[in-house]
Amino acid sequence: MKIIYTHFLLYGSMLIMLVVASVIIPDNALYADPNAFNRLMKPPSERNPSPAQDGIHDPESAGVSSLQKPRQSFGALPKGKSGNYVDWVKALEGGDIAPRYDRDDPAAEPVIMDLNIVREVKGSMPNVVYPHKQHTEWLDCSNCHPAIFIPQKGANNISMASILLGEQCGVCHGKVAFPVSECRRCHSQVKQTTASMDKKASAQKEVTQ
Amino acid sequence: MMSLLISVLVPYGPGLAEYADVVLNRESDKAGVRPVIFPHWFHRVRYQCRVCHSELGFEMRAGANLVTMQDITDGQFCGACHDGEIAWSTENCDLCHSALPGTAAGIRGGHETLGPGNW
Repeated sequence: MKIIYTHFLLYGSMLIMLVVASVIIPDNALYADPNAFNRLMKPPSERNPSPAQDGIHDPESAGVSSLQKPRQSFGALPKGKSGNYVDWVKALEGGDIAPRYDRDDPAAEPVIMDLNIVREVKGSMPNVVYPHKQHTEWLDCSNCHPAIFIPQKGANNISMASILLGEQCGVCHGKVAFPVSECRRCHSQVKQTTASMDKKASAQKEVTQ
Repeated sequence: MMSLLISVLVPYGPGLAEYADVVLNRESDKAGVRPVIFPHWFHRVRYQCRVCHSELGFEMRAGANLVTMQDITDGQFCGACHDGEIAWSTENCDLCHSALPGTAAGIRGGHETLGPGNW
């Protein structure tokens, strides 16, 4: 009897879960057509959804309709390739936005440090050029040092695996800053390999001939 | 019970939320109110990272901050600005407590894909 009851409870709760799922999850590209081309990609029409349609806000909550819609905010900002589809660095540098450096003082200026750190990486992937400038335009030194990065040359063993798990660069990149799918924004310094030098030499040879 | 089921079923929703929407739900569901959605993108337009992450004491890591209403009414964390002068006060519950009940805490929005490679 107890077993039957447990089964009833189990299947009953599964049924409730299905009903709830059908209510919560809207009919979107996820389930529409499993063989559709690029079925996991978000079409432009689904980017920057308004709070009432974004799947996490409760449309029945009275305040949701009063919240600013992302598209209202982003319309005038430089376009980006992913994330919010806004290039935040350009938006700041171009003066499209003027976020305060200090909570109370609108005239306070950030302390900007202009120092690039080049990190040599394995294989043929271009080296990483880390610009302190663009980071200190937003952040304090203490936001990253020493908790996330030890401020000492060679002291940080950075890997894409840990970034993808939300450590190191991944504390912000992939969550609030541009995601790691934009490889070349970080891996931007092309290496001088023997192959590339050979190619260059043969090109020069062709020109001289 | 219902909210627990929803949270099990939809750990990251349908993946449509705006990039960098942060769901705060360490206390909300337990207290019987809707979880909080903090739109990180909205705030970065107005304040640089350091204002909240240095001045106001928010840790950089998701899940590292326990924010209670008591703190906020005392002027800590969100309450530093959400005081009725700089931004709306705590009387406007549903402007912050706006998530579907049972929405799991975490940073939402993900990347373009909705699949298992989503980061």
